[in-house]
Amino acid sequence: MNPALWVLIAIAAIVVLIALFIWALYNGLVRSRIQVRESWSGIDVQLKRRSSLIPNLVETVKGYAAHEREVFENVTKARAALMSAGDAKSAAEANNQLTGALKTLFAVAENYPQLRATENFMQLQKELSDVEAKIAYARQFYNSNVMSYNTRIQVFPNVLLAGNFGFAPADFFATTETERADIKVSFEKKNQ
Amino acid sequence: MTIHSQVSANQRGTWLLLFLFVIVVAGVVELFTLVLGGGHVAGIVALVLASLFVVIGYYSGSSMVLGISQAREVKHDENPDLYHIVENLCIGSGLPMPKVYIIEDTAPNAFATGRDPRHAAVAVTRGLLQRLDKLELEGVIAHELSHIKNYDVRLMTLVAVLIGLVALLADFMLRFTWFGSGKRQSNRGRGEGLVGAIILIGALIAVLLAPLSARLIGLAISRGREHLADVSSALLTRYPEGLARALEKIAADKEPLEVANKATAHLYIANPLKGHESWANNLFSTHPPIEDRIRRLRAM
Repeated sequence: MNPALWVLIAIAAIVVLIALFIWALYNGLVRSRIQVRESWSGIDVQLKRRSSLIPNLVETVKGYAAHEREVFENVTKARAALMSAGDAKSAAEANNQLTGALKTLFAVAENYPQLRATENFMQLQKELSDVEAKIAYARQFYNSNVMSYNTRIQVFPNVLLAGNFGFAPADFFATTETERADIKVSFEKKNQ
Repeated sequence: MTIHSQVSANQRGTWLLLFLFVIVVAGVVELFTLVLGGGHVAGIVALVLASLFVVIGYYSGSSMVLGISQAREVKHDENPDLYHIVENLCIGSGLPMPKVYIIEDTAPNAFATGRDPRHAAVAVTRGLLQRLDKLELEGVIAHELSHIKNYDVRLMTLVAVLIGLVALLADFMLRFTWFGSGKRQSNRGRGEGLVGAIILIGALIAVLLAPLSARLIGLAISRGREHLADVSSALLTRYPEGLARALEKIAADKEPLEVANKATAHLYIANPLKGHESWANNLFSTHPPIEDRIRRLRAM
């Protein structure tokens, strides 16, 4: 056979191989990105649940401590910020802000034993701590997906193509240092 | 072994197991009738029945296992604490919520079953709920959820169902052989009696081998996966000590679980058939030594 034909076949084979590689890479990245988005909706559901508990909680506490205006305002503001947050980064910030505001609210509630004894308040407190645990687990799942996705688009040779196909790194759902410390404390309490 | 390779190994293993099971059962029956001088009808019937059983076992194996174990489904309101633990860990691992079951037995133990994550169940005993605190229970549930995520449950449930069936079949064949050879001897005379004895010995070997081979299949496929589930559990809860302490408590309990048997023992997080620590039991144990698992968890 003609040597030129061989060269042509070899080039065609290489082109086909590269095309197959890009095809597989693209599909893999899309799957990975879908996973990130899906796990984000897992956090989003819990954040919505958390914000939906807030008005009820504020009303309940207001019944006993109406003059603590500033506390309620902060909680309501943080809730509004959380509800309007669009992406992971701003949602994480708003959520951390809400956590801080709620901490003050519960500290205020400590001063009203009658309030703490009401069925409604105890129920809300229980539901909130359940939601917070769920947010923590949803965050864990989301962040592990973000990590594998971000790694995938940043390793060689993927990095050469990921940008061109519009795969941008995803934001982690970061938590504040104080929240991390809280979890540690509750572990220690349980251990004793 | 990573989780992905474990999943595909389990899926391959499931098909291999189903295929082997049908072939072995049909083969034993075919051999049996051939020696007895029968035709191929029994073999073909066995092939069809075994295939049918495998399909039924695939789709309703988990209900069978849960039924045998006398597990009762619990809803959210009946035990919110347990339900929330399962729910939270599912969120953490991205699994759909399995059904939750309780076994009314004071021996602490737990297992998971199902054919895939969308059709899965987690069962815990009353004793487990009574003896473990929240962090320990989370470790155990996370271990069971890892079995679901890895598709261990599909294979392990099928093994349980098939071992159960093979035990039944062996029992049946043993009776049939004694009945059949007795009739032959009385009808035909001494030469046939010798043949009858050989048939009996051959059948006995088959009858002994069938459950043994099934047990060995179970053994071959369930070692190693406990360690992987332990590691995945620690990764999910971020707290290996919880599972380590749970295993310690389970190991310290010497009470056997009444509803567990040889066919379902390998499903449980720790061997439920306690108090028979003989050489033979060690040889066929489906669980790695619990002390070893605790040591590995503590080393994380």
